Amino acid sequence: MKSQSMPLSQLPFGRRGVVRELRADTGSRRRLLDLGLVVGTPVETVLRSPAGNPMAYEIRGTLIALRNAEAGQIIVDML
Amino acid sequence: MGLTTQSTGAQVRKDFSIPGPGKRTEKVIALAGNPNTGKSTVFNSLTGMNQHTGNWPGKTVTNALGRYQFGNEKYLLVDLPGTYSLLANSVEEEVARDFICFGQPDVTVVVTDATSLQRNLNLVLQILEITDRVVMCVNLMDEARRKGIHVDLELLERELGVPVVGTSARMGEGLGTLKAAIARMAAGWPSQPRQVSYPPEVEAIIASLSPELTGLIPNSRWLALRLATGEEAVLSSLGYNQQGNAKFLSAAGRETGSISPDLIVTSIVTEAEKIYQKAVRLENEKPNALDRKIDNVLTSKVFGFPIMIALLGFIFWLTIQGANYPSQMLAKLLFGIEDWLNGLALWETLPAWLHGIVVSGMYRTLAWVVSVMLPPMAIFFPLFTLLEDLGYLPRVAFNLDHYFNKACAHGKQALTMCMGFGCNAAGVIACRIIDSPRERLIAVITNNFVPCNGRFPLLIVMASAFLVTGAGFLGEGLAAAAVLGVIIVGIVMTLWVSKLLSRTILRGVPSSFILELPPYRKPQVGKILVRSIFDRTLFVLGRAVAVAVPAGAVIWLMANITVADNSLLAHGGRILAPLGWLMGMDGFILMGFLLGLPANEIVLPIIIMSYLGSGSMQEMESLAALRQLLMANGWTWLTAVNVMLFSLLHFPCGTTLWTIRKETQSWKWTLLAFLVPTLAGIIVCATLTAAVRLLGLGQ
Repeated sequence: MKSQSMPLSQLPFGRRGVVRELRADTGSRRRLLDLGLVVGTPVETVLRSPAGNPMAYEIRGTLIALRNAEAGQIIVDML
Repeated sequence: MGLTTQSTGAQVRKDFSIPGPGKRTEKVIALAGNPNTGKSTVFNSLTGMNQHTGNWPGKTVTNALGRYQFGNEKYLLVDLPGTYSLLANSVEEEVARDFICFGQPDVTVVVTDATSLQRNLNLVLQILEITDRVVMCVNLMDEARRKGIHVDLELLERELGVPVVGTSARMGEGLGTLKAAIARMAAGWPSQPRQVSYPPEVEAIIASLSPELTGLIPNSRWLALRLATGEEAVLSSLGYNQQGNAKFLSAAGRETGSISPDLIVTSIVTEAEKIYQKAVRLENEKPNALDRKIDNVLTSKVFGFPIMIALLGFIFWLTIQGANYPSQMLAKLLFGIEDWLNGLALWETLPAWLHGIVVSGMYRTLAWVVSVMLPPMAIFFPLFTLLEDLGYLPRVAFNLDHYFNKACAHGKQALTMCMGFGCNAAGVIACRIIDSPRERLIAVITNNFVPCNGRFPLLIVMASAFLVTGAGFLGEGLAAAAVLGVIIVGIVMTLWVSKLLSRTILRGVPSSFILELPPYRKPQVGKILVRSIFDRTLFVLGRAVAVAVPAGAVIWLMANITVADNSLLAHGGRILAPLGWLMGMDGFILMGFLLGLPANEIVLPIIIMSYLGSGSMQEMESLAALRQLLMANGWTWLTAVNVMLFSLLHFPCGTTLWTIRKETQSWKWTLLAFLVPTLAGIIVCATLTAAVRLLGLGQ
């Protein structure tokens, strides 16, 4: 089955994905990398704030909140 | 003790007041680690010195030093800011990296969180690239056990080639072993730190550059890596070109920067993952399942906001109610001392004005400020610290970020505002948690829009004395609603002014919002009490006292120096009368706000003093008497509403202004923080007053 690519911000709630590409520019890119969010990292959408933005993702055993603008720069393959 | 980007090795050590390696009488130990790993708790447990710790990522922005003795050796412990990496994306990372590279500590202890080792190992590997004098401390072992996370410490030690010690610093577990490991490492334990293996193209560049960089600190491999990834800017900021180091410059001159930083980070992360897979075993697949269940309620669409409002409301209620009685006790005691002071025989030999200025001016203002400020702060700050320790506050930022995002500000501003309810000076200090300088300034300038403890009493008195005609339960409810209304006006103003600042003098797009929501932790109640009293309450009170004493002298002089049959206070009131009229108040009220600069608590006493024409600050016996006095001086409901609004929207108190000056290091921003709320208040009051007068409702 071919996996489906999408921005992390659109990864459905409770679904897992694997990072395929980081499109964020230098500043936030470095911060994402520092959190271990490199290509090939598994992520899962686990929390939605009351307004739906930001959302929180499980990344390498930690819970990280990202605004949709940032999460939109991360392309994942849905599992 | 801020570090600049121009730090060189010598400068770094000077900033921390640490001697060079040859001249040390004690071993220098650096404490590094991710935010929120309990690093500060380890620091406190080792040194016995109390330093503030909060369950908040990136909290330790300032540095703390502490000492301890182990065996015959003395140790100086340096608490570095919590960082996720040392690749210098922020000031905190620069501070930590510079100290490890150039401060030349005898040992660097990396504190890690046993429950999220996979991510924590990245930093360990980065530090091992800089120095081989490393001890890894796996903290929060108790949390890991509770969550069924098993960490094989011996295997980690073999994999990393440096000592690994498991601790639960909160329980005091493993600290002796940690001290012993530090002592062994400081004495020259033969470590073999694990090196990250990079792809062949990277290794080739390292091999070609390394010979030119040998003998430089920290080491040639690390320097070659920075050059290979084109981080010359980072390196020159470390002081290399100022030192004119020929070796380095010739290597830097060669065309490098051919390797993407992504590749380096990916190699480190992959290496960390490999080690993690070997060393950590999970009993169940989802160790954080309980946390997620709690999160699902606390951040849900239905319960998220109600719980937040209820929690904060409960804290305010406890603060206001709980402070009442101790405040009265304290006032009785302090004003009793005033009577005793007045009875001293000493005054008979001294001029009357000196007696007045010292006792009725300086001492009475001081007593007033202490008795009304200390009890609420001593209740509010521990409660707030409790929420912080639990890990709830990052969830508040998560819930509210959307609205701050719309105002081009940062979600963490919500937390600095919560803190502002306790004390705006403390709220301004809390703004350190916001990374982006632009968004931090916005948070600093707008913090005054949330009414602090010092303004609540005035708001409540105004609401109870003027807006409520019916007594009893319904009346109290209405008064509470009026106060709540003022708070909402403050929040709306905060968002609106934040947006305005983002569009004008602090132009910019929102910075990235990347916020870790740390695991919930059991709070340490005893330590919370000690820490919040010493670090926050007494700190703020100290600053308030420093402002109150000289201001008390000025207030007394204003009320007692008579020129042309009137006191300076009365003259001031008359001069300000036109502006007061425009804003629906009078000149004496404005004088009250001006002279109330040292602390908002004394605004109403000064107004009463002016109306009564007495020479020192007064309090009224009852609400009814106050209402009568104010009505006799021409007050209407509109005056009361304007006083409430201007109390919310006017210049910060002296303590807060002083704190803003200290935090921003700039008079310009301090002035702006003075002007923005004041202008907002003048505009709002004048507009409301004009509208009401036009409609003929102002009776």
